Amino acid sequence: MTQEGADHVNDNVEEMQPPPLPPRRKAEVEPAPLQAKATTALSSIDIQTLSFPDGSRGTFSTPTSRAVSSPLPSISGYASPNQFGLSTANSDLDESMSVMSFAPTARPPADLASLVAGGFNKKSRAWQLLRSQSANVQPFSSLKVNTPGGLTSFETEFDEIPDIDGDNASDDDSRLLLWKSKLKHYMILSSAGKPIWSRHGDLSLINSYMGVVQTIISFYEGAKNPLLGFTAGNARFVIVTEGPLYFIVISRLGESDAQLRAQLDALYMQILSTLTLPALKHIFVNRPSTDLRKPLQGTESLLSSLADSFTKGSPSALLGALECLRVRKSQRHSINNIFLKLRTEKLLYGLIVAGGKLVSVIRPRRHSLHPSDLQLIFNMLFESGGVKAGGGENWIPLCLPAFNNSGYLYMYVSFFDGDTEAVSQKPAEERSDTPEEEIAIILISPDKESFYDLKEMRDKVAQQLAKQGSLAIIRAAVKAGRPDISSLAPSSQISHFLYKSRANVQFCMSTLETTFSNTLVARRRLMTLYHELHESVHARHSHLKVLHSVGADASSLAWVTPVFEFYCVAGPNVSRALMTQGANRIIQWAKKEEERLFIIGGGVF
Amino acid sequence: MADANAPKPSSSVKLVLLGEAAVGKSSLVLRFVNNDFQENKEPTIGAAFLTQKCQLPTRTIKFEIWDTAGQERFASLAPMYYRNAQAALVVYDLTKPTSLIKAKHWVAELQRQASPGIVIALVGNKLDLTNETSDGDAAGDDEAGSGESDDARKVSTEEAKTYAEEESLLFFETSAKTGHNVTEVFTAIANAIPETSLKSARGPGASNAAGRGAEEQRVQLGGPRNPDSKEGCAC
Repeated sequence: MTQEGADHVNDNVEEMQPPPLPPRRKAEVEPAPLQAKATTALSSIDIQTLSFPDGSRGTFSTPTSRAVSSPLPSISGYASPNQFGLSTANSDLDESMSVMSFAPTARPPADLASLVAGGFNKKSRAWQLLRSQSANVQPFSSLKVNTPGGLTSFETEFDEIPDIDGDNASDDDSRLLLWKSKLKHYMILSSAGKPIWSRHGDLSLINSYMGVVQTIISFYEGAKNPLLGFTAGNARFVIVTEGPLYFIVISRLGESDAQLRAQLDALYMQILSTLTLPALKHIFVNRPSTDLRKPLQGTESLLSSLADSFTKGSPSALLGALECLRVRKSQRHSINNIFLKLRTEKLLYGLIVAGGKLVSVIRPRRHSLHPSDLQLIFNMLFESGGVKAGGGENWIPLCLPAFNNSGYLYMYVSFFDGDTEAVSQKPAEERSDTPEEEIAIILISPDKESFYDLKEMRDKVAQQLAKQGSLAIIRAAVKAGRPDISSLAPSSQISHFLYKSRANVQFCMSTLETTFSNTLVARRRLMTLYHELHESVHARHSHLKVLHSVGADASSLAWVTPVFEFYCVAGPNVSRALMTQGANRIIQWAKKEEERLFIIGGGVF
Repeated sequence: MADANAPKPSSSVKLVLLGEAAVGKSSLVLRFVNNDFQENKEPTIGAAFLTQKCQLPTRTIKFEIWDTAGQERFASLAPMYYRNAQAALVVYDLTKPTSLIKAKHWVAELQRQASPGIVIALVGNKLDLTNETSDGDAAGDDEAGSGESDDARKVSTEEAKTYAEEESLLFFETSAKTGHNVTEVFTAIANAIPETSLKSARGPGASNAAGRGAEEQRVQLGGPRNPDSKEGCAC
């Protein structure tokens, strides 16, 4: 379900501007009236429907829509529930889905009958069965639908391209073919044309392509009319120039320019985090032809894991927000207090993070932590293996560019796993090594000599956390995972949601485990849909509050207010009314749980 | 901290690992501390701090190990780690001659700047890539390993050994992959540390480390706030 062709051409002109930034810290959460208002906004006047240009709407020319005429025979008798429920792959279901996607999307399912069969008896049991079954179709269950720019090769997206010094050294052509088959590429080169890093393929393989890219970019640079992006075939090229560095992304996954640009910015931040801005400038002022690979040596894996998280689709990056671990307010409070009480003078920021989710933060009153900085830290600790694999405690100089791009801070990191003294209280607890469950304590200081101070603080904090049972609480919360929609909004047909609290710059989402964890592709489709929703509601001149969108294999809803952004996805046949209802439930739940889901304020000293 | 007059005296020894990137410093430590090995290990960032006890007949040595990153950009931080260190492991890759040159630089720097009594061991790692050990399967997981013969050795034992003797360093050839000679290095270091320099000193870097000036890259907390930080999260 990628937006293709003509859309991209338009994007070209319109999307030079990043989406409006969310306001920082609204004074108070607006109470109930606002919700009522937003709900009424779900009248057809405010609704805009996306039509996906994959031919599923409005025409009968595609193979799927041929089926419109045929669902009737199969439901004329008593269709057994099994037929629909168990063999989801059979054609009946697909047909009913294509009927739905042909139908005007804003109608509830009851209208379907009148559309297809005129006076078809709505009371018939078979019809009821069909209706209930088809509404249960999960999003993206029709994986065989061959969308243009499909994700068929996404499964192998992250496979390595073999090295030259492997067995078939002569096989440059096939390696190049493999390289070209990747759906997403990232490249970084210097304005002098020196390759610095690319996600796929070693630089010797793709050097000539780097040369072409550099020529094109510098041609426009020379004309004082910098090139921002262009489309070739089904691939979108987006270019960001940062001083002496060119960042290029080539995507066939259908993200918008603004989204791709944000991804490139994150790569730039990673480079700054390694070198600092003054050092980077210094390098290139002295020798514009410097090979930056040397100073960046060892951080390739950080760039790659960052890039891969974008390619897989990262809600955190999309929303520019953080995810927190859901614990009770009082529990978070007591963790914060332990943290604050044991703080050393040298400390700037202290964080406890579990599986990439923030548990607790303490910070000076005058300094807040920027999500993009935390993204870099989380990427380093949880996505790339460098820090965790070594074991022990780590002392890492790094620059947090959003905090201060001109100097280094020093980060103490230790993981609780395998740390027997801290866990000894709970020996029965089995320790798993999945990154999802790792708990880390991160202490950041501006003083590079403060390792032993921070280590001492960490030991005390770990001891207290274990003693007061907080560590067990964190472990349990990690184990409990993300919320399950069926428990917080039962009988809503929504399969997945994202909820961003704009004031807190944090988000929460439902578990990916049920529908989306089984394949990379299903997850990517979900994220692509979210990217499209996000782009539509953040487009420059759109003043959307609510967007309901139906495609061949999923329907989705975006709802944006000054307080929150909400996105959800359901099966293709779920009615708008039902989705709205579910959305309301989830939003009410998020409001009620706000202090558990989000860190509000954090520990301040 | 153990007392000096405990039945079997135990003392802490600060040990630092230095050497070019990707010679196997972290792998040596991982083998020594966890008796484990990981193929294609990702580079260390900054430095890692680990501890491991080493039992000698008459005493227990608790190594406080600083495993530093080998990349050039971290070189300026090295003094912080070798200052007050009682022992150093300078590691090179015996399939890569340039790494021995780098190792010699480190030895010179240590002799110039580190504590006078520091025990230095020169270690040639990746012995499994040569055909000298029986159990090394010479799979060639790294850049080396091409060519018909299995022997990827590029630095001869004599060359390194002669140098080590000239500089009075301990010398070992090891394989972190097979575990060959790894414990021996640490035991030899433990034995070589003079009894007199063993105190139950803790965190030697912490106390007398502070007053190093010229930290021009240090972030000034009191300075004007970065305009970007307006967008920061509220937590």
